[in-house]
Amino acid sequence: MNSREITTQISKAADFLNLKKWDYGASFSNDYSVQVDKGEAKQLKASQKQILTIRVWNQSNLVGITTTSDISESGIKKALKEANIASDFGNKNESTEFSPLANDPIKVNEIEKRNPVGIKKLLTLLREAEVKLIESHESIKSVPYNGLSESFFERVYANSEGAFRSYSKSQAALYLYARAEEKNKKPRSSGSVKLGYGADDLDIESCIKEASNKTISHLNYSSIKTDKYLICFSPESFLTIINAFSSMFNARSIIDGVSLSNKNSIGEKLSTEALNIYDDGLHEKNISSTPFDGEGTPTKRLCLINRGRIENFIHSESTARIFKTTPTGHAGLGSKVSVSPDWIVVEKSEENFDLKTSLDHSTYEGEFVYIEELNAIHAGVRASQGSFSLPFDGWLYKNGKKISIDSATVAGDIKYLLKNIVNIESSQEVTTSGISPHIWVDELSITGDA
Amino acid sequence: MLSSQIKSNEIVFGSCNKDLLEEIIFYGIGLGADFVEIFIENTDNSSVLAEEDFITSVSPSFGRGAGIRIFKGKKDGFVSTNDLTKHGLMRSVSQAIEMLDITNNKRELFDGLNKHRDYSLSKKKWINEVPSIHEISEKLLVSTKSLKKNNKIITRKGSYSRNLQEVIIASSDGTYVSDIRLHQTVGLNVIASDAQYRSSGSRRFGSSGMPNEFRLWDHEKAANDVFESSMNMLYADYVDAGQMPVVLANKFGGVIFHEACGHLLETTQIERGTTPFENKLNEKIAHESVTAIDEGISEGSFGSLSVDDEGMEPEKSVLIKDGILKKFISDRAGELRTGHKRTGSGRRQNYSFAAASRMRNTYIAKGEHSKEDLINSISEGLYCKSMGGGSVGATGQFNFAVEEGYLIKNGKLTIPVKGATLIGEAKEVMPKISMCGNDLELAPGFCGSISGSVNVTVGQPHIKVDSITVGGR
Repeated sequence: MNSREITTQISKAADFLNLKKWDYGASFSNDYSVQVDKGEAKQLKASQKQILTIRVWNQSNLVGITTTSDISESGIKKALKEANIASDFGNKNESTEFSPLANDPIKVNEIEKRNPVGIKKLLTLLREAEVKLIESHESIKSVPYNGLSESFFERVYANSEGAFRSYSKSQAALYLYARAEEKNKKPRSSGSVKLGYGADDLDIESCIKEASNKTISHLNYSSIKTDKYLICFSPESFLTIINAFSSMFNARSIIDGVSLSNKNSIGEKLSTEALNIYDDGLHEKNISSTPFDGEGTPTKRLCLINRGRIENFIHSESTARIFKTTPTGHAGLGSKVSVSPDWIVVEKSEENFDLKTSLDHSTYEGEFVYIEELNAIHAGVRASQGSFSLPFDGWLYKNGKKISIDSATVAGDIKYLLKNIVNIESSQEVTTSGISPHIWVDELSITGDA
Repeated sequence: MLSSQIKSNEIVFGSCNKDLLEEIIFYGIGLGADFVEIFIENTDNSSVLAEEDFITSVSPSFGRGAGIRIFKGKKDGFVSTNDLTKHGLMRSVSQAIEMLDITNNKRELFDGLNKHRDYSLSKKKWINEVPSIHEISEKLLVSTKSLKKNNKIITRKGSYSRNLQEVIIASSDGTYVSDIRLHQTVGLNVIASDAQYRSSGSRRFGSSGMPNEFRLWDHEKAANDVFESSMNMLYADYVDAGQMPVVLANKFGGVIFHEACGHLLETTQIERGTTPFENKLNEKIAHESVTAIDEGISEGSFGSLSVDDEGMEPEKSVLIKDGILKKFISDRAGELRTGHKRTGSGRRQNYSFAAASRMRNTYIAKGEHSKEDLINSISEGLYCKSMGGGSVGATGQFNFAVEEGYLIKNGKLTIPVKGATLIGEAKEVMPKISMCGNDLELAPGFCGSISGSVNVTVGQPHIKVDSITVGGR
């Protein structure tokens, strides 16, 4: 069945069960991936997946939901029946409705779809990449974590009031994590990830180069003394920390009492006036962009922090209604509708007079710690408390030299971190999770082995 | 004619699918595969969330699918699909064969499937024995109400999930197995707040193959435990970072061994060349007080299973005996690629993942000391009563958040401290586990790795680590 046929099938089955109000989200995908081990194919994978999530409203306007991978006629009927049963337990205190924007026009970028290159070409490309990466430096002995994949998928949203949205696209991903070993030293590992609309769009050479350079740059390492340091966050690491604490901007989290913000936090000053943060799921550099969310609301650019102050929260239909605003296109379809950011863009505002512009990661000669990548986010972030304690890969810059830091963590509080931003560099970099310049923060605690 | 004797062009759960499965396997072998494995599953899951005094989410889900794995030499092709028809399964076999570029005419032998080993016979009634959504909701609401012990508790949550998985496994070595797995888990979470102070507390409980277990769950005890933990930590100050001795509590304290050492003993790590223990079999890798076990046979434990996802009954594997490395955790691919015998540890989240060597119930065996012996032996250090999550990097470095910690001074527990993270490397820390308590207990958890998220148990008695890096402020 195609998406139109599924919609018709659901409509018919819902009529039969006397269910007047329903909506659904579906995704269909074909994925292909390869992994290699020292020139040999290790595992080759292909999968066809289909997932259907149906919501129904009962006569008391309570919502029930069911998810299934069985998109046959009988599967759809069973899903509607189970959703109807679940609706008896629907949340009486917070109603859910269709998004008022589910019929608004959406922007679909047609260039985003590519044709599959096939598993054999994926294998050839990855084999070549592995060889080049190993040959790039004598200390690189293997590429234990590697993969090249391409996906082709369609997402659909439709409801009983006639809304119908369908969107298909392709995406390819390459990751290369090299392992370097030198005598009497610990093995070191680092890597790079690249995304593209198709395998032919992937910048494989730069992925190899980045993985190689990063790995080699950590070969000479040293422990760091536990102390407070001036920190420069790479664009990737700063985006990691903002995403980890995105509950500050999340209306669902605020309602649930797990956010550092509250309903009255709009306008609260969090940082220097030089800081602007947007959520921009439709940004042209966002390979993973989707034009609508799980409730069919169009994706859009939204300012979260304007000149250091909270400007907007991200919303689903129900949170927007509670906050007396409109949905922002950040909903995930579920029994309890989730809310999450799409793609964070960090910028320097025009109000940047208080910044220490001499702090530039490529020229600054004083002592500082450069955090390249933060790890173990799920373990080290307490979003509801604002605290974090995270291992990282990075370097200590001292006396004009840099040395890789061995086994260290950076700890602090997100509000303290934002308040202590002392510079936002001018040049932005595109990462897989958003765009950001390098961000400098004063006085964060580093724990090391020294 | 019985329905189970009807020849079908589609996999039918609860029926005999032998002819169809044999036909698919013959097809793969005939095309030149060395080995063909078919894993088919049918799932029926539900989850319920209670927040404050209301049920806010009920999520049923069901589905079915197949994962087909073909080996040629040491490489394998894996295809997953929702199409369980003969045509769909044969197409998946063809796709895997094509991916592997199999063109030679050498044929392996396939003598048909062995006698059906049906582990599901006594388990078919489980679906009718598990608690209903109504029953679950009522108990969760009582549980969240129990958490409302003072006005500092600002968020109360109770969650339950039940996964019922029916599987059929057939492969060209004759394996033909059916099973039904039931996993139930329930958790409580609170956030406490007073002025600028915030803390949280959480506990999770889980079982396998015990439909009645949720009914027997002592929610009052659990609520008291979570409440007490959040109150103890509410006004806690941040821990000072540094190197110090620590005592790790039993139960979920075992997550450190699981993450930091257990993963390095999976053959997938040998395949990648990322374990420092690869060539250390029968060598000392830990303090002589450490004996560590991985098994899938403890009745009701979250990581137990009648048969693994490759059709092998799980064994009890002594990984480390008195500090000496004795065994690796191995699956079919692991045996093929590393030579380590299978241990009944081939596991996967669902049909869309190829099985890999994964831990089951993994724990450090009990020693002879009391918890007090361990604490009394430390003049200045940290007691980690409750551990949060953690992870291990590509080079074996690990880090773990301490959810509830207390400073030890002069052999006594003193003030609570927050923000602690334990950092280290398995091969450096294992020799420093110098004392093991006599109070081994297990705790359920979920482990995410190459073949998805699987149910596991971690565990240990109280243990003392002589020195470890504690991250803090």
